[in-house]
Amino acid sequence: MLKQEDKIFKNLYNNHGWELNKAIERDDWKNTKEIISKGKEWIINEIKTSELRGRGGAGFSTGMKWSFAPKKIGSRPHYLVINADESEPGTCKDRDILRFEPQKLIEGCLITGFAVGAHVCYIYIRGEYSFEGQRLQEAINQAYKKSFLGKNACGSGWDFDIHIHYGAGAYICGEETALLESIEGNKGQPRLKPPFPALVGLYGCPTIVNNVETIAVVPTILRRGGKWFASLGRPKNTGTKIFCISGNVNSPCNVEEEMGIPLKDLINTYAGGVVGGWDNLQAVIPGGSSMPLLPKKICETIKMDFDSLVENKSGLGTAGIVVINKDQDIVSCMARIARFYKHESCGQCTPCREGSGWMWRILNRATKGETTLSDIDLLDDVTKQIEGHTICAFGEGSAWPVQGLLRHFRKEIDKKCSNDPLIKKKKDVPYLIDQHLLEKKNA
Amino acid sequence: MSIKKVHSEQPENFEFNTNFKSIAEEILKKYPEKNKKSAVMPFLYLAQKQNNNWIPLAAIKYISKYLSMPYISVYEVATFYSMFNLSPVGKYFVQVCTTTPCLIRGADKIVKVCKQKISDKENQISQNGKCSWTEVECLGACVNAPMMQINNDYYEDLDEKSTSKIIDSIFKDKILKPGSYRGRKNTSPEESKTINGSEHA
Repeated sequence: MLKQEDKIFKNLYNNHGWELNKAIERDDWKNTKEIISKGKEWIINEIKTSELRGRGGAGFSTGMKWSFAPKKIGSRPHYLVINADESEPGTCKDRDILRFEPQKLIEGCLITGFAVGAHVCYIYIRGEYSFEGQRLQEAINQAYKKSFLGKNACGSGWDFDIHIHYGAGAYICGEETALLESIEGNKGQPRLKPPFPALVGLYGCPTIVNNVETIAVVPTILRRGGKWFASLGRPKNTGTKIFCISGNVNSPCNVEEEMGIPLKDLINTYAGGVVGGWDNLQAVIPGGSSMPLLPKKICETIKMDFDSLVENKSGLGTAGIVVINKDQDIVSCMARIARFYKHESCGQCTPCREGSGWMWRILNRATKGETTLSDIDLLDDVTKQIEGHTICAFGEGSAWPVQGLLRHFRKEIDKKCSNDPLIKKKKDVPYLIDQHLLEKKNA
Repeated sequence: MSIKKVHSEQPENFEFNTNFKSIAEEILKKYPEKNKKSAVMPFLYLAQKQNNNWIPLAAIKYISKYLSMPYISVYEVATFYSMFNLSPVGKYFVQVCTTTPCLIRGADKIVKVCKQKISDKENQISQNGKCSWTEVECLGACVNAPMMQINNDYYEDLDEKSTSKIIDSIFKDKILKPGSYRGRKNTSPEESKTINGSEHA
């Protein structure tokens, strides 16, 4: 259990006020000048010591990412871009940081900007978060007024400006290169990597793209030391994390906890337990909709961190935990997720654009009990055709949840297939004919 | 991405009014001079705001000239992103999240209320001309499911009764307070349980 004094986000529910003066009482902007005066090397090394991994889903080492930025600023300026395009179903952590802890993010931006040599930072907020965007703008204005931003920001000698850019309802813009395309004024379609954004990013310049939560924890890590952060959690999976617990629990909530906390503890202590009791649990999606679900058996013992979830063929992703109890039809839940991916595919790569529609249609028919057993094999095949054959990770994100369903709930789907109306009616028609057309008059 | 219908009746001309023109100039300052194309999304938002929450083709033409972009690139952006409306929506635009986390907490009931109260079909303006509704993908408030967005406000922790109440009152042009409708504070756990004698953060 995380101790109160080790919590980074002390105002997660806005019990203490979000304004700059309240944030200063919570130690934001304390010693910022001294931290920056210790130099880039020190900052990046300290973040490396803390073993902080990106909180946006992929879990890449943050210190390593920063060190990819060119050491010296050449003819092209460097940019820092913050990814606040939070659209993963099950995840709503960044929203609370933007609303209630904006100064942590702003201070983190300044320090990170200095460490990677950027004078300009763009924060890309999803368009729907208009209230959160206005709140962040107010917070930025307050910081400018105190000279924490702008020329010679916070007395550090570093000029730094932050601009907000709104998205407009495209999930794919959460992918870093699609996000850059979107800021440049294009459709949000991901770019091929390499070159990575750290060398060729926004406007062709070196750009570091980080998630909101990653940047917001940076000032606290530097103030309390990388070793402190590394002492929480497990080796290689260090620190604290905001977990979003939604779905069939008695009291859905956001909560900051240590990495590696058992899933069962998290649900029972904070979320008031599963609706209908723990035995009524069917499955849990542990890391936002892109991560494969876990059946109850694994949920009993699983620890919530990057590596133990990967061992169980899932992932921590954004730590958006969706609890599904036995009152729900698991196939229709997954069919709805497949519809999400069909709707949000950017349409650039054929396997993803077409495959996401295939998966949705087959699962939708499975929900109604209109599939044959061979359809389910086909579904399995489609997921393999998408995975690894697309420019960005959206392909995996759409295929994995379906693969997880097939891995753990094959029996449930097969049961639905035995309800196939054609088998029931024992029609003696060769399978070469389109069966469903026989039902209609004008076939 | 989403299927977009361009409205059949289009106004002839479009131009930012003086107020929006000065906002537009402010926006351009955010981006490097040679990359003013970046302002296309904020400009589309402005146009949408000025024109009753939808973007006419004349505005797309106007923006493309303003930013020296080909017409088709602006059109591409306007059709790619789901938040740009290319045909009129109600004065109160209700968007109900129906993705899985909301669905398993009863988003279908919210949709049912919308169908009864507003209109049978999505994107159809209600008989009193005030409101239209649509199903949308995850709005990022999963912990407060089920929820809906009316214009810019999030209404959270809904059920059939509270949804009816909210829609009834917007019909009377009275906008209720956004936020949780189960009386809890933001995303905190509902029963205020204490751990080690201290409250949650």
